[in-house]
This record gives sequence, structure tokens and C-alpha cells, in this order.
Amino acid sequence: MKRTVERHLNILEFTLASLLRRRAKNLSLVAIYLLVVFLLASLQFFVSALKREATLILHDAPDMVVQRLMAGRQDLVPAAYLTEISQISGVTAVRPRLWGYYYDQLNGANYTLMASEDPPVTSGHASIGSGVAKARNLAVGDLLPLIRYDNTPLMLEIGAVLPSSSDLVAVDMIIISPEDFRMLFNFPADQATDLAVTVRNPKELSTVAAKIASQFPDSRPILKSEIQRTYQSLFDWRGGMTLILLATSLISFIIFAWDKATGLSAEERKEIGILKSIGWETSDVLLLKFWEGVVVSLTAFLLGTVLAYGHVFFLSAPLFAQALKGWSVIYPRFQLVPVVNAYHLSILFFLTVVPYTTATVLPCWRAATIDPDAAMRY
Amino acid sequence: MIELLNISKSFNSGKPNQFTAVDNVSLAVNPGQITVFKGPSGSGKTSLLTMIGCMARPSSGRIFLRGIAAAVPFQQEGAESVEITSLPERFLNEIRRSTFGFIFQQFNLIRGISVLENVMLPAYPTGEGRTVFRARALHLLEQSGIARCAEQRVELLSGGELQRVAIARSLINNPTIIIADEPTAHLDSKLSHEFMAIVDRLKGEGKSVLIASHDPIVFDSPLIDSLVEMRDGAVVASRSCR
Repeated sequence: MKRTVERHLNILEFTLASLLRRRAKNLSLVAIYLLVVFLLASLQFFVSALKREATLILHDAPDMVVQRLMAGRQDLVPAAYLTEISQISGVTAVRPRLWGYYYDQLNGANYTLMASEDPPVTSGHASIGSGVAKARNLAVGDLLPLIRYDNTPLMLEIGAVLPSSSDLVAVDMIIISPEDFRMLFNFPADQATDLAVTVRNPKELSTVAAKIASQFPDSRPILKSEIQRTYQSLFDWRGGMTLILLATSLISFIIFAWDKATGLSAEERKEIGILKSIGWETSDVLLLKFWEGVVVSLTAFLLGTVLAYGHVFFLSAPLFAQALKGWSVIYPRFQLVPVVNAYHLSILFFLTVVPYTTATVLPCWRAATIDPDAAMRY
Repeated sequence: MIELLNISKSFNSGKPNQFTAVDNVSLAVNPGQITVFKGPSGSGKTSLLTMIGCMARPSSGRIFLRGIAAAVPFQQEGAESVEITSLPERFLNEIRRSTFGFIFQQFNLIRGISVLENVMLPAYPTGEGRTVFRARALHLLEQSGIARCAEQRVELLSGGELQRVAIARSLINNPTIIIADEPTAHLDSKLSHEFMAIVDRLKGEGKSVLIASHDPIVFDSPLIDSLVEMRDGAVVASRSCR
């Protein structure tokens, strides 16, 4: 056992000395390799963290949202729906929600406007997301003028700036009172944007949804689990899009690495012959090449992963933020909570370390099986 | 003693370009002596030495290592000889590593790494502790008078120094038999004489030395014990020089 370990250590030591001989070639290989691992790992860390963030935030979302459709588009929900849905057995509460979008001509941004009763916002006041505060240079106590439907201003005093921990969903949000909301958009008094429905037993959600759909054929009940799934797919899709953009560099790298790893120079062939002639077995030579592949690819993998971790969780992924967080003028700025998905990391490991090591070892097989006496004839 | 019985080696057997490098050679090489294989290029010297040194197998015939079986790790206790031609590859490697040291015509040192690393190279896969064989390598370099070059890269050395490094490397696993193929081909007369002096010292340490050469400094040297003359793959004369 000790001899086996010593043999590995000795050959690993020679591997390192051997790699240092071709310093420029191997360092450039590690650098390019590292860049690819860094980009892929950053993407993977970022998407995982966003999905986790979205899941946590949606945890407090209503069990079900009921919308009304008119000609295939979302329409306002009459108050009568609220009364009838409340009477469906299993439903514990139905809350009308008022929300919409506001286009700010000053900076071209779209804000999400929401009326809140719990916690209540007093009329003439507003709570705003950090993105809005920054875009309009506002602080608590300042006045925010919004243009009403009839082109007259509605002056709102900033009561609070929402904490940056909620930035992912609230960065562009303005929360106002229901009265101000209706006044701003001339919103009909007996209607709501949609209804938030709470059901006592989560297992009955789909049954209640079916009852609502049957009772109001123009309604569209949306379950929380469906919203969660949509978010997951959305981030997966954005991650996939970014991956496609990276594909060109990935393919270039694969071709480059394959060429470097598989190309056995005449000098390397001669060296293998020398090693065989001085008593190295075929397995020793292959072990040497195995360690060469592992040292290059594992170094790149580990460094790339660590750098990606820092890039995503300490620097908030400046390289991907714009592509992955959203498409709006106002981007959320927030510190992601570190999430490392072992499964995805293992896939990344097997897609980077294993193919490179294999590509290093396989072409040496033929060279390593030459007769040792070949070296006598150089 | 190394005993060869009807050894033949053919290349490209069964093809139109088949040729026989060694043709039915039977020979006994005494231990602890310097034996020189003399002959022109293509006479079969190198092929014969590669077969003795477990680097290649003969097409026919048998080779026995007698009285030096202690160096063979799997040798059964009490057995006096081992027949190497029928052994599996794994055992041949083990014998080659532990029993033979090789000095090549072109030295065959690996460029880009240090002299010390080159000397240690045959010991890396043996599983011996690095500190142990490193100390041995330094001692061998000191014996060869080139300890000062230990950390230098081999491409910076002169021909004579390269030769000494190659000799030190051949001794790292403490072999009982040294095989040298045209060792003076790239050396001037002075260095060739120095090489023969080193060989004599090795013989004094109890090692058997087998040299293939067509250099008169080697085969006319008063230091050698036996001379085997070869031509066209066959032994044409074999005599003791003592």
C-alpha cells in the first residue's frame, strides 16, 4: 500500500516538473480552461441562486390568484366574483388586488404599482423600491409626482424605501393606498385587477380552482405552484439563452483543448520511449499522462469554480446580471445568498475534468505500448 | 552468469521485408566481468543486448540469468536461475528495472528537467521513498564528479558530463548488470578512456558490464575481460582477454 502511494506521489512529482517544462503552453491552456469553467460555473451559481431567491419570495404569495379573461386578455374582476368565490367551501379568504404598471417618461422606466391594505398605506403616501428611489433620486419625506389618467399630477409623499433584500421583486415597485391607485388610473370602484384566494387545505387547491373555473368560465385561477414553476422555467430559459451565447467560446475551447491534449509531439513520443527503456511500464507512462490531465483540468476547475463563486456571491455577477435578472430599465441590485448545487457542480466537473483527462491519456496509449528497445535505436 | 541458448531475432516475420538481426546465438557471459560485443553496424549487437536486458523478446531461443536471481523479486526461494524469455511482460519490467542499468548511445536524457531528476527517473515508479533515492542519486552524482551540476538542466551540459549523468542514471536502482550501447560514439578519445575507467570501477564494485561497440578504445582496452565478435547477426568469435 505504502509503495503504491509512493509510486503515485513520485510520478505526480515528475508530472509537475514535466508540466513546468512547457510552462507557457500549459499556463495558457489552464488560463483558457479556467475562463470557460468560470463562465459556466458563474452561470450555474447565478441561476441556482435566483431560483432559490424566487422560491423564497413566492413562499408568501397567495395560494391562488384568480384573473378574469376577456377576448384572451386579462380584464378587471368584478366585486361580485369575490362574494361568490368566498362562499366556495374550503376557501378561507378572498382579497381583491389592485396593481398595474406606470410608465415614467422622465427616464423611460416601467414601475410596478400596487395598492396595499395590509400593511395599510395612508392616502397621499407611497412606499417605493430601491430602484425607483435611485432612478428618481428620492428619499423618505420627498414628494413623488405621478401623472394621472387625465394628465394632472398626483403628489405622493415617500413614507418608506423598501429594503434591498426584497429587490428581486420590489426594486421597481411603488406601493400606494387603494384610493390613490383608483384615482391615478381612474380605476372602477367595484372592480379589482385580480383576486388573491386562500384555501384552508393545500390538497384542495386544484379542486377549488376547478370549481372557480366551472362557476366563472371567463376566469383563470393560477396556483402558487404554477407561478413557482414559471419562475423556475424563466430562469432556466434565461440561463439556457446565455449558455447558447457562450456556446461559440465553448466549442472553440473544446477544439483547442482537444488539439492540445491529443497532439503528441515527436519530442513527447521520444520521451515516452526513453521512460520505457529505463524501466517504466506502460501503466507508469499512462499514470504520468493521467496526472498531467488531472493537474491541468482540476486546477482550472477548482480555480474557475472559486472565482465564479466570488463573482456571483460577492460581486453580484456583473457579467450576467443584465441578461439574467430582467429586461427592464431598472435592474435589481441585491446580494445573492450563496447556493451551491452539488449535482450541477458534479456535472460541470465531469464535463470538464473527465473529457480532458481522457483526451490526454488515450493518445498516449499507442506511444506507451512501444517496445522499450525502440529507445535504443534513436 | 547470463546464458543464451540458440537465440534468434527476426523482424517483419512472414513479410517480404523480413530480416534476421540475430541468428542462432549461443553464449555465456560471466558475472562480474566487462564483456564487449564488437562488430560493424547491423551486426546484431544492439538487438542481442536488448534481449538480454529484457527490452525485447527473442523470436526463438532461451535466455537464463544464473546466480543473479536474487535481484528477481518473484524468484522462488532456492532457485538458482530464472529463464527470462518466457516471463510475462510485468515480470520482465520488474527484472529490467531491478537487475539492469542502461547507458544509451545518445544518452537519452530528458531535456528541460534537472540532472538530478534525470538520474532519479528510473526510480520514480518503483514505489521507493523519494528521499531515499534522492540521496542515492546525489551520492552517484558526487561519485561521478558532477554533483555541482545536480540542479542544472541537462541541455546545458557538455558531452562528457552527459555521459556521466547517463551512467549515474543507470545505477540509481542498484542493478547488477550494466548494458551500454555504443557508449563512446559521441565522445572524444580522452572522454572515451575516462568512460572505460568508470566501467572498470563499476566492475570493481561487482557489477557485470556488457558493452556493444565498434570503437577500438573500447574493444582494445586492457580493462575488458571478454570479447564477442559479431557479424550478420551471428557470433564469429568469442574469447577471454585475460
